[in-house]
Amino acid sequence: MSNMSTYKEADLLSKEADNLIESLGLPASWSTLGPKEKRSLPQQDMPTQDPIQRGGNMDEVALGYTENQAIIEASRCLVCKNAPCVKGCPVSIDIPGFVCATAKGNFKEALEIIQESSMLPAICGRVCPQEKQCMELCTVGKMNRDPMESVAIGRLERYLADRGADQKSNVEILPSTGKKVAIVGSGPSGLTTAADLVRLGHGVTVFEAFHKAGGVTVYGIPEFRLPKSIVQREVGKLESMGVKFVYDYLIGRTRTVRELMEKDGFNAVYVANGAGLPKFMNIDGENLVGVFSANEYLTRSNLMKAFEKKAMTPIYPSKKVAVFGGGNVAMDAARTALRLGAKEVHIVYRRTGKEMPARVEEVHHAQEEGIIFDLLTNPVRILGDDKGRVKGIECLKYKLGEPDASGRARPEPIEGSEFLMEIDTCITALGNGSNPLVTGTTPELNTNKWGNITVDEKTGATSMEGVFAGGDIVQGAATVILAMGDGRVAAQGIDEYLKAL
Amino acid sequence: MSKIVRKEKLSADVFLMELDAPHIAESRKAGQFVILMLDDDYGERIPLTIADGNSDKGTISIIFQAVGGTTQLLSRLDEGEEISHVLGPLGTPTHIKKHDGPIICVGGGIGVAPLHPIVEAHKAIGNKVITIMGARNKDLLILEDKMRALSDELIICTDDGSKGRKALVTEPLKEFCESDDTPSEAVAIGPPVMMKFCALTTKPYDVHTMVSLNTIMVDGTGMCGGCRVTVGDETKFVCVDGPEFDGHLVDWDSMMSRMNSYKTFEEDHRCNLDKIAEVLAGRDV
Ligand code: FES
Repeated sequence: MSNMSTYKEADLLSKEADNLIESLGLPASWSTLGPKEKRSLPQQDMPTQDPIQRGGNMDEVALGYTENQAIIEASRCLVCKNAPCVKGCPVSIDIPGFVCATAKGNFKEALEIIQESSMLPAICGRVCPQEKQCMELCTVGKMNRDPMESVAIGRLERYLADRGADQKSNVEILPSTGKKVAIVGSGPSGLTTAADLVRLGHGVTVFEAFHKAGGVTVYGIPEFRLPKSIVQREVGKLESMGVKFVYDYLIGRTRTVRELMEKDGFNAVYVANGAGLPKFMNIDGENLVGVFSANEYLTRSNLMKAFEKKAMTPIYPSKKVAVFGGGNVAMDAARTALRLGAKEVHIVYRRTGKEMPARVEEVHHAQEEGIIFDLLTNPVRILGDDKGRVKGIECLKYKLGEPDASGRARPEPIEGSEFLMEIDTCITALGNGSNPLVTGTTPELNTNKWGNITVDEKTGATSMEGVFAGGDIVQGAATVILAMGDGRVAAQGIDEYLKAL
Repeated sequence: MSKIVRKEKLSADVFLMELDAPHIAESRKAGQFVILMLDDDYGERIPLTIADGNSDKGTISIIFQAVGGTTQLLSRLDEGEEISHVLGPLGTPTHIKKHDGPIICVGGGIGVAPLHPIVEAHKAIGNKVITIMGARNKDLLILEDKMRALSDELIICTDDGSKGRKALVTEPLKEFCESDDTPSEAVAIGPPVMMKFCALTTKPYDVHTMVSLNTIMVDGTGMCGGCRVTVGDETKFVCVDGPEFDGHLVDWDSMMSRMNSYKTFEEDHRCNLDKIAEVLAGRDV
């Protein structure tokens, strides 16, 4: 998107939009705009906090569109008949429907259209990789040869969700079926299933191991990208729809899946307990003091609020930090370290920027904030001092070789290129293994060789009767929206299963 | 939410609390622990072993020493008050099996609390249990009567000789290893240094020694890796793979430095009283 290059202040963006609206007479003139006029409308940049200032606070970086920005952005939509964008959405939101309503200034209606398919728009609008989903298929982006130049669907979704935060949802809740469903885990997948099932009249109880609901959206994704109050708000909506939340309850330990069905009378169970054991690199020095998984580092900061003075949970006082990995979690960890007071933060990644799995927007924000990118670089060992604390890492330089089976160029080490980097903290953001707590105590569940539960893709059904699964425990590493997509599929599968009982 | 149904002061700064936690009481087995948290927003999650449980009453007992911020706050709560969050039972239960020879159970200081359910389980399966309890002085011994009732033999050691033998727990442990009635297994739970030296003591005699680790934890569900330790050549997660490990394979020095990860940080943030407590505790190590 165009704000990748230069930073423009929020006030300026707002004024530019106001002027444009006035000169074009939008939204009244919307129906008269031809494709050419629509294409000449500039994509609206997301207003953000000043890059220097935001490095010193945890507040959300993106500030959200103004009303006029939203109207202009929505007016860029060509309203394609076949709506290619919808096919890119794992929960099939009627995208042209809500975008048109926005262009006309019918914000309430627009949000209602989204809510028919998604109960978590404020979250999705912020964290979905739209450029790889709806925006990838958008005709406007195709014409501009860049999905980043598509209609900014996610920003619109976010605008509507925030604007209608207090809008009472008009979703209908069917009369009680008398059936009970247990949901294991309150992350994006579990919440989606809970929302769908409660609307169909089933009794839904969500079991969460932590003391707060939201899963990765509360422990993993930082405040500056997704304020926790927003997750809280969405959870509150589900509660008001009748979903019950039970905290401090670990399925696999407090109760097994079988016990939920036999002792507590649940007719079906949806297992969405999320990521498991974080991966380390198996290099020397990995258990030194000052080496953290991104999961731990982020959980301390986000869920446990270690960034606030009042918090009792400590977080390591780092000066120089190296984050291993190139995904969104690596960006989150690096930017968190910066906000917690680190003077120098490196992203150490084996390939080049092009291969980085992180969203372009996140990489851009990290660069703006001064994160240093050491690309084609890989740590080979972590060095410690006499107290067992990290004092540096030894790295190797890489070059790109022939493409591997996945089509990505294989990074190859350059012999003799070892060098030392003086740092006091390492954060590994290399993904997670599977969570063993449910599978280990439920032998009826079939798993693959990585320990992930195998399911019927069309229904989410597992090998155990009445038990369904989705999200990270099935996919290994799902994005928020893919996990939600699984939740949607499973909700249908569960509903059909319950009807047949 | 768990209500405190009973509170008892076991020694100057050691407390027992019986908590209303029916589902945990129903599922818990020897060797498991809970994570508790006092404040929804700013609290810290700390692991504490389950010292006892009563599934009929739906209660579990925890025993803790008021040393850190959270345990000090906890010690100020009274009967009838609630603890906001108690998660459990966590960890893999102790593997108890019938042995021909005696099981030597060593508990140091507050380590006697987690040892109690293990001794109980060994007794229940018909093993001969010899318990060695150690503390700095007689006032710091806890659960003596319970342990005496459960054990075939109980030996008490104090550093200052104020009760039992004036010795470290490793002395009688060594004697048992050398005796004709060779122990089938040893269990050692207490401060890391004590466990380390117990493992060193039994090693030459090849007596399998199980230890229970109480590392820094956050989630307690295997998600964060903060609890990890090196065991043999492998990295293990205490909250999922443990808390019990083969004491001969644990990398004690690495574990002890990891447990001190936040020491400097904590010193900066704590009040003076805490600092003094920490200095005092540090003297033993
Ligand atoms: S405490 Fe987080 S993985 Fe063990």
